[in-house]
Amino acid sequence: MNQDQLVVDKVNAAVPGAIQEVVDFRGERTLVLQKKHLVKVCRFLRDDEALRYNLLEDIVADDMLPDFPRFAVNYHLYSIPHHHRIRLRLPVEDPADGPETLGSLWPVATWLEMEVWDLMGVTFKGNNSLRRLFLPEDWQGHPLRKDYPLGYEEVQFSFNWRQIDARKPYAKD
Amino acid sequence: MGVVTTRLEDLVNWGRTNAMWPMLFGLACCAIEMMSTQASHYDASRFGMELMRPSPRQSDLMIVAGRVSRKMAPVLRRLYDQMPDPKWVIAMGDCASCGGIFNNYAIVQGVDEIVPVDVYVAGCPPRPEQLIDGILTLHEKIRGEKLKDWA
Repeated sequence: MNQDQLVVDKVNAAVPGAIQEVVDFRGERTLVLQKKHLVKVCRFLRDDEALRYNLLEDIVADDMLPDFPRFAVNYHLYSIPHHHRIRLRLPVEDPADGPETLGSLWPVATWLEMEVWDLMGVTFKGNNSLRRLFLPEDWQGHPLRKDYPLGYEEVQFSFNWRQIDARKPYAKD
Repeated sequence: MGVVTTRLEDLVNWGRTNAMWPMLFGLACCAIEMMSTQASHYDASRFGMELMRPSPRQSDLMIVAGRVSRKMAPVLRRLYDQMPDPKWVIAMGDCASCGGIFNNYAIVQGVDEIVPVDVYVAGCPPRPEQLIDGILTLHEKIRGEKLKDWA
């Protein structure tokens, strides 16, 4: 049997009702899950002999601003014994009430979740080390959100050189 | 025995230009060009800079090679403050000079917002010849310094 199909069948048998939707895009299979089943499904995917998704490659979050639910968290899993990838996708309505942490299954998840929180502001229940990782510690906001201002600076051309030069904050010696 | 007469000003300036110790401050792709400036093909030691120092306390020229992120900015200022006087700064490349293509929240729009810059070298990244030209421009600037301004 195809590994893609095997995953769906086995998860459906082990955790009924967890998979909301199966999406195939360019040969990549994505399982859209409900938030409350995440840890159970991940533990099953990691420990089942026929699946063995033992490597958590990445956690990323999407911001689909005009849509609701606005955020989605994606987990990229890889099975080293079976050479197969799967993506789990979780719609998140409220970033303050995010999915549960996977730190108990893969210790690296703590760092990946920290990164997601740092740039996108999605919290993870049970992860106690959500702090600034890439940005300076006193940073306000989460810059990968679509409503975050890009902070453009006006470009200095010859016609507006003097105006910009006058207000540019030059350093003192 | 030959005797050379000169002015103190000229002697000091000559010493400063021909024994310059640049600090290693490679931040991005410009650092590659800075390295090749230093290496045998372009050989910056022809202009009195023998090697890059890894410590700010042993250097008097900071070549900011690459874009400076907002997180790096306090570190850059701190290293600049740790350099002994007299000290100079070359902003190498577009990113260090004005933010370059990174016109966004994460990158400092020109390193002159943090440290006073003496010479800006344009280019993305500038070729080693351009950096050497920037260094020679800085030498010219130093040769014009006056004793009365130091006091």
